[in-house]
Amino acid sequence: MELTRNPFIKNALKSRYPQLAVFIVMLVGYVFAILAGLIGTPVGSHNFSIVFVWIAWWAILILVAVPFFGRGWCAVCPIPLPGEWLQRGAVLTPPDKKPKWLNLRWPKALRNIWLQNISFLLLALFSSVLLTTPNITAIVLAAMLFAAIGLSTIFERRSFCRYLCPVGGFIGLYSQTAPIELRIKEKQVCVTCDGKPCYNGSANGYGCPWDVFPGGLTKNTYCGLCMECIRTCPHDNIAINLRPFSADLSKPSTRMDEAFKAFIMFGSAMIYAGVLLGPWGALKDAAYNVGTSAWFMYVIIFLGMIFIILPGLFSFSLSLSPNPSPAGRGVGVRVFASLATALLPLGLMFWVAFSLSFVLTNATYIFVSLSDPLGLGWNLFGTANTAWQPMLTSILAPAQTLALVGGLIWSARTAQKAAGEVKVSSIPVIIYCFIATLAMLWLLL
Amino acid sequence: MAFAPFPVRPVTPQERTFRIEAGQFSYTPSELSVNPGDTITIELVSTDVVHGLYVDGYDISVEADPGQTATLTFLADKPGSFRFRCNVTCGAMHPFMIGKLSVGQNEWFYRSIGLSIIATIGSIGYLMFPRLLPLITAH
Ligand code: SF4
Ligand code: SF4
Ligand code: SF4
Ligand SMILES: [Cu+2]
Repeated sequence: MELTRNPFIKNALKSRYPQLAVFIVMLVGYVFAILAGLIGTPVGSHNFSIVFVWIAWWAILILVAVPFFGRGWCAVCPIPLPGEWLQRGAVLTPPDKKPKWLNLRWPKALRNIWLQNISFLLLALFSSVLLTTPNITAIVLAAMLFAAIGLSTIFERRSFCRYLCPVGGFIGLYSQTAPIELRIKEKQVCVTCDGKPCYNGSANGYGCPWDVFPGGLTKNTYCGLCMECIRTCPHDNIAINLRPFSADLSKPSTRMDEAFKAFIMFGSAMIYAGVLLGPWGALKDAAYNVGTSAWFMYVIIFLGMIFIILPGLFSFSLSLSPNPSPAGRGVGVRVFASLATALLPLGLMFWVAFSLSFVLTNATYIFVSLSDPLGLGWNLFGTANTAWQPMLTSILAPAQTLALVGGLIWSARTAQKAAGEVKVSSIPVIIYCFIATLAMLWLLL
Repeated sequence: MAFAPFPVRPVTPQERTFRIEAGQFSYTPSELSVNPGDTITIELVSTDVVHGLYVDGYDISVEADPGQTATLTFLADKPGSFRFRCNVTCGAMHPFMIGKLSVGQNEWFYRSIGLSIIATIGSIGYLMFPRLLPLITAH
């Protein structure tokens, strides 16, 4: 179903003002989070930076934005804005004279998401400190803002988003499961289109900031839903469609960087569930005390899980397949990467189940922090003294089971489609997903 | 299978006392296991700063000052697995200072496993169905 057929939606997306209004609110919130982290209380659960970034934003991102709107967050994200405005020399429509930045192409060898995998893992390994220490959160937020500005002056378009952003990688990967997509309407119109303004830009807007050619889009992964192509396409050939969930996954990716991203997210969700929500104090100490030998052990186990144990067991299970890949015994890269696609729905549901627990337990801090963002004893809206209380504890376990078992079924269906594409059996992957689901149930329930 | 009632072993309710040491950011012991109907007394001792202990699902709590023992007595009348967690901000990792109380069997966990098994068999069966169909209809 085409949403952009509705004139109200279409005009709201085509005009730059509604988006700009959201951008400004987000940017103000982002800068405030940085300041709050630096000057507010060092107690994480009473500081705006921690509460609004890691509880409120995270909840909205993983429970609503990614599953239902894919890269919807990227459409309103403030991080790349200052750099982008500087690069363009304009906040709204393209100016007559563009500023002269280096505008280099991004190096070919780095045109993949390995850097994003690394940046995510770097944050993940320090996450216990990052999640709980306001000034560290502030420093990371500021660093992302400045890295995005720096890259905008050296490279063309949004290199930070495409190749470096630690959250952009998994948002993109999981956005394939979302029931929304931006696509062209008619292929033929694009073939005969002169100058391809959606990629090259025009007086009405900028060429795709995410460096994709909208005419060739088949997946959500790298389209940031920035809406530029709706503004630039002279033939009104861009549509935003409602579609079945996970439509992109029937054409599995064969890229190793994306396959490993799937394992990184899958494994991190399990590790976090055990370390942060489990009853094992020694694990928490190891994760928190960065630099100690216990922490180095934690790092080794973390990376070992993600790069060796999980993918190793995965390829082992594939090698047990009753009809091994035509590439011969063992597991070809193509088979491995295609079937890793099957981990996406379950991985997303692992994060949903983990986040439900974390977010519902700590949601009352949002009310406190709203009235007293810096933890200085203010009471702006009269909610500063809201007592801490876990929310909805009685539905938490059923909701987690629903997410995990639903994710398992969804992944099994995805595995069957992916296995069909590369002509192997999907059963080993389904069993793999089943065992992982049991582990996650045991950790969370 | 996933919804069948669980067999209940009758057990005589007991009074049990646990001494739990709370220190940044964990409880020792951090896992308690009791039977439904037991009367539980928790003696909470803090070894460093002020800590609390709040039991999810039961919505009850106790707070202990450093060096002092605080007690919490309650009837474990709800079966299942519950987290208990610190409810006094005690430092960075405070939101993750968590322990686990099991009252009887963790029924919901076993039911969830049952659902996962059904989901797995169902998914594989769904896959096999087109291959089995000719065999079934041939006879
Ligand atoms: S990729 Fe990262 S920085 Fe770019 S819009 Fe998305 S979340 Fe924001
Ligand atoms: S500008 Fe429009 S018609 Fe032309 S190539 Fe892009 S999407 Fe197709
Ligand atoms: S210009 Fe179009 S294709 Fe490119 S990121 Fe923006 S919305 Fe997606
Ligand atoms: Cu505490």
